[in-house]
Amino acid sequence: MYRLKYAAGSTFKYITLILGAFAALIPIIVVFFSSLKTNAEYGATSPLDPPQNWMNFSNYTKAFVDGKMLLGFGNTLFILAISIIGATLIGSMIAYVLSRFKFRGSKLLMGAFLLATLIPSVTTQVATFRIIDTLDLVNTRFAPIILYLGTDIIAVYIFLQFLDTISESLDESAMLDGASYITIFFKIVLPLLAPAIVTVIIVKGVNIYNDFYTPFLYMPGENLQVISTALFKFKGPYGSQWEVICAAIMITIIPILVAFIALQKYIYNGFAQGSVK
Amino acid sequence: MFANLSYKTQRRIIIIAFSLIPVVLLFTFAYLPVFNMFKYSFTNWNGYSKSFDYVGFENYQTIFTNPKYFSVFKVSLYYFGATFVQMGLALYFATILSFNVRFKNFFKGVLFFPYLLNGVAIGFIFLVFFRPDGTLDTLLQVIGLGHLSQGWLLNPNIINISLAGASLWRYMGFNFIIFLGAISSIGKDIYEAADIDGANRWHQFRHIILPSIKRILQLNLILAISGAISAFDIPYIMTGGSNGSNTFVIQTVDVAFKYSKLGLASAMAVVLLIIVILVTLLQRVLIKGDD
Repeated sequence: MYRLKYAAGSTFKYITLILGAFAALIPIIVVFFSSLKTNAEYGATSPLDPPQNWMNFSNYTKAFVDGKMLLGFGNTLFILAISIIGATLIGSMIAYVLSRFKFRGSKLLMGAFLLATLIPSVTTQVATFRIIDTLDLVNTRFAPIILYLGTDIIAVYIFLQFLDTISESLDESAMLDGASYITIFFKIVLPLLAPAIVTVIIVKGVNIYNDFYTPFLYMPGENLQVISTALFKFKGPYGSQWEVICAAIMITIIPILVAFIALQKYIYNGFAQGSVK
Repeated sequence: MFANLSYKTQRRIIIIAFSLIPVVLLFTFAYLPVFNMFKYSFTNWNGYSKSFDYVGFENYQTIFTNPKYFSVFKVSLYYFGATFVQMGLALYFATILSFNVRFKNFFKGVLFFPYLLNGVAIGFIFLVFFRPDGTLDTLLQVIGLGHLSQGWLLNPNIINISLAGASLWRYMGFNFIIFLGAISSIGKDIYEAADIDGANRWHQFRHIILPSIKRILQLNLILAISGAISAFDIPYIMTGGSNGSNTFVIQTVDVAFKYSKLGLASAMAVVLLIIVILVTLLQRVLIKGDD
């Protein structure tokens, strides 16, 4: 009896898992199928039908060239690299100061960072736009970069959490050897923060790669398109060529898929550590 | 040179040097916008002309009396409702995948992957999904429910459910991975002890898993509320806010940048901010009250 009940439970479990996986995959698989179909084929076949020719990459070439996807990748990479390096450095420095030194105003500073998490950036965007405009940064790659650096409180948190686990006696023994604070930070603390840095890179990297709002608002310029805005531009002119749009969608997904498969373990850890605390 | 200074001096220099940039950024991009936003919200500024007038609470009055502005909050309710389904599914999958399952990593990866995708890509994927004779209609036909097909994005009564569904598809993986992380931090011996006591899976879920991840559930609820109010990507990309799918943020962006009513848009943003902060504070008080 128990075994029967157990088997029924187990079957139910697998059915729901397969349904879940199906629901997660089917929208993407349909887009993948469509991206390999010709225009006539796309119109004539059901979305669930696989393409006749699995090697028909003409939509990909068209999307890549017409959509100037290379430019999009270039801009995304540029913004991604500078923002991530900056956020890691700035975040770890302020976290080091906040975790290791008690000084007048250190509590206040901590409070200021904490309070800022309450402000969703989406609400203040209108006013932020004026500031970026005053700084003359609208329509430059530095508008998103400075915003990704400036609003990054998550990184500070992750570093703070991690610094708590690094014993202060390490700092002290280095001081006995006469190391300066700069040496301690760059030679001892920063290397020990490596797991936290990986977490920050992943969580921030995903956010920046996927962000649409910021580049859309701050960099409308033709030659400043990033991956998400490049993709968005397909909407109007390709209304009758969804197979080309589907190829463009796949072009933006493939790098993420490769990165995900390669970094799976770190990504899971990154999200588990990064978002809860 | 730096190393020759006394530790006391070094300390002072480090504190100033390391906090200068973050503090400047924090105040310029977190606090100054909030301050300015309040200021603009009492004006009729269009965003670019040199002069503007203070109009008192006129903008706020417009928001609360003109149904065109206030009705967008109803749209948030769809997204808010969807997050409960989303969290329920996430919790279910996280629970079963934290025990022995075949192809565990495959299922984990597949369920989480949508979260990593670009918002624009997801918007387009779901335009393909919901279009007439698209993926959803075809699937319904296959299982013999073809008569349910309809204008998923054309019918104003259905459109927000469709969009909230796309949003659910996108964010379920995020909740899932957070719950999975939380559940896996529960010690194995607790389950073993429960097994010996004859507790079944449901008992284990009810009395071990649920209490240990309560805090994270509550945290996700906060994110769900502010997420529902600030929904933007999916509806903007898919419908541009047409057919009654306009959300608060789409409207704020339109009012500010399309119609150049920065004062009014700021007032809308202030209302949004106040709601989000109130909800967050309320949640924090409630969470604290539990302990």
